[in-house]
This record gives sequence, C-alpha cells and structure tokens, in this order.
Amino acid sequence: MSGQEREWPLWEVFVRGKRGLNHVHVGSLHAADDEMALRHARDVYTRRGEGVSIWVVPSAAVTASSPDEKDPLFAPAGDKVYRHPTFYDVPEGVPHL
Amino acid sequence: MTTTQDDALEQDLQARFDAVVARGDRVEPRDWMPEGYRRTLVRQIAQHAHSEIIGMQPEGAWLTRAPSLRRKAILLAKVQDEAGHGLYLYSAAETLGVSRAELTRLLLDGRQKYSSIFSYPTPSYADVGTIGWMVDGAAICNQVPLCRTSYGPYGRAMVRVCKEESFHQRQGFELLLTMMSGTDEQRAMVQESVDRFWWPALMMFGPPDADSPNSARSMAWGIKRHSNDELRQRFVDMTVPQAEALGVTLPDPELRWNAERGHHDFGQPDWDELARVVRGEGPCSAERIAHRRRAHDDGAWVREAATAYAERQAGGFETGLRPSTTTGTVVEEVAQRPSRNHGAEA
Repeated sequence: MSGQEREWPLWEVFVRGKRGLNHVHVGSLHAADDEMALRHARDVYTRRGEGVSIWVVPSAAVTASSPDEKDPLFAPAGDKVYRHPTFYDVPEGVPHL
Repeated sequence: MTTTQDDALEQDLQARFDAVVARGDRVEPRDWMPEGYRRTLVRQIAQHAHSEIIGMQPEGAWLTRAPSLRRKAILLAKVQDEAGHGLYLYSAAETLGVSRAELTRLLLDGRQKYSSIFSYPTPSYADVGTIGWMVDGAAICNQVPLCRTSYGPYGRAMVRVCKEESFHQRQGFELLLTMMSGTDEQRAMVQESVDRFWWPALMMFGPPDADSPNSARSMAWGIKRHSNDELRQRFVDMTVPQAEALGVTLPDPELRWNAERGHHDFGQPDWDELARVVRGEGPCSAERIAHRRRAHDDGAWVREAATAYAERQAGGFETGLRPSTTTGTVVEEVAQRPSRNHGAEA
C-alpha cells in the first residue's frame, strides 16, 4: 500500500506562448525531478501548441511578495506619478511627443 | 486585550476581503480569506477535479472498441484532456494549502464526492457521443460562469478547461450525427442512449434551489454566479434545438416551449435517485472507486521508483551534459533571472 509514500515535490510551470513574449505562469504539477517536471508540463499545459518554451521551477524556490495592496513593498510607487508620461503637460501640436 | 486586538484585526481583514469580492475583483492564494470560503472552495474544486479523473472511466472503456482509428484517436485525446482538467483543478486546490495526495486519499476513502453523472454505465458506443454532446454540454453550462469565479486560480483553471470542452462537445455531436445518418439500428442506438442520459444530465446541476442550502452563501462569496435551477434552464433551452437538429427525441412529455416565459417548460428529474447516487449508491459508484483505487495502488511502484531515481541522481555524481537541449535552455535562462521572483503563486 501507499501509506507512508512521500509525495513528489511541487513545481511551478511557466510557458512562453510564442517568440517575443515572456514566459507566463500557467500552474503547477508534481514530479520526482526537473526532467520529469518538464515532460509532465508539456503533457499537461501544452497539448494544443500553447507554447514554444517551458520553465519549471521548484515551488519551494519561489520567494513572493505579499499580494496585499497595503503592502509597503509597493508603496514607493504610489507617490511617484512623475514616472508616468501623462504627468507632463506639453503644448499641443508638437509632433512625436 | 490581545483578544480584542485580534478581533479588530480579523474584522479589518474580513472587511477587505468583502470589498474585493464586492467589486468583482479576484481573491488570490496568499490573501486572507474566511475559513468557510477556503473550505467551500477546497470541497468544490476537489470534487470537480475528482469528477474529471473518474470521468475518464466511462469513456475510457470504449478506447479499444471505438470503430475506427479516427474515432480511437479522438477518444484518446478527449480522455487525455479529462486527465489534464483534473490536474489543472488539483493544482488550483493546492494553492489553498491542501496536498493532492490528501485529496486523492479523501476520494479513495469515499469522503469526497465526484459528479453523479459518472456513476451511470456506458453499455453502448453511442454513449460516447451522448456524453460528449449532452454531458459535456451540461458541464459547459456549469463551467463557463466559473471562469469568472472569485477565486483566481480556480477561474484560470476553468478558462483552460472550457476552451477544451468545446472540442469534447462538438466531437460528441458529430459522432451522433454520423450515427443518425446511418442505419435504423444506429439511429435506435442513439435514441436509446439519449433516453438513458437525459435525466441524469439534468441532475448534474444539483438539487432544486429550494433544497440547496449552501448555494446562497456560495453566490454571496462570488464562487457561484448562477443558481442550480437557472443553469438547468439554460441547459434545456440550449439542448432542445440541438436535439431537433440531430433528430432525436428528449424523453420528457412535459417538455414544451413557453412563449410567455421565453423558456422551455420541463419535467423534474427523480431527486430521490440523485440523493441515492450522491450517497454512493449509483449503478456504477462502487465500480468507479474500486477501479480508481486499483489504478492508484498499481501505480505505487512507479511513483516509488521515480522518487528513488531522483534521489540517486541528486545525491550522486554530476552527470555532465544535460540529456535534452530544452533542459539546457531552461537552466541558462533561469540563471539570467533576478534572484527574487515576485508574484508567482507558491
């Protein structure tokens, strides 16, 4: 029986949809090692040509920010409106601005 | 003092959660969420995942018996999709802090359920078509609104599932249409299959709203978007013209268009039968779980061997060149990334 069987580790899967695009997180899966994770990722997440490249990363290796919108990590961006092009008033009729 | 502070903190978190749901925003894995919301999601997503996995059995039995290479290839692709759907959903459930091994154990112990429809037998090849057309059609009615469910990973899994279900429904319809343009015997096979599956398909939407006490809470949380009865009505309205196009009769003498309501009126399924199936007393309930348990036990040595191999590779000597160029590329590209990866769902 499988009472004391250990579960295969969890991997996060990232797929590049086509050349020119970033790899995007698509989900996770269990696999014994990196090579198996890559094969499983192909079977689970790209059965219809959804990707040209796959990354698999052990879930335990991911360090994430807290997604909370009140998180101070994102606070510095809040008051820096001058980082956006719309902050600047420019005269009308000046081309290519 | 501490208790008061904890209460205040909890109220604040609850208010923020409520605001996210109220403005139709998505809840993501590391957000605070009420325990009841998390439990409801785990139960629903797990049940959904189990249904996909158990759902491979009724049709899988026809893989070697499908009448042509084309039909075998299509059915194989469909059954493989069901496995994929199960895995997307287990993956979504795992973001809520449960493990897939635990969910599998709960299914095998009969402590978590799967869709009532898969407790019915598939004695006829026409059932492959009926399941694709009618059962997957009902599943699509249920699943399309779930793409906008309040829990992010569940919604994203459903988007992938829905894209693929469309192939399932169309291949089923085409299979039945082919049989309907065949011999009288083949047409009779299709009608017989539709007669058996119609009422169980209506039951897939769950009991009537009045007998579904948890529905209101799920809707308030944005997990469900429509009630059982609304979705059932939508399914009937969608299916009637498709049945006409096929040339089959839906086995309900009360089924007729109601111009005043702008919907079809229809009879009620046998709700006692649904209750029996949900209790695990359906015609094939015991067989489905026994088969799943056997497959799980038979696969144990494979899982153990792969673990042992991975451990030996990791602990042993470096093997030098990676076996595939793809793997090489992955390692290179990962090495170029910044060390911290914000935003991935761990």
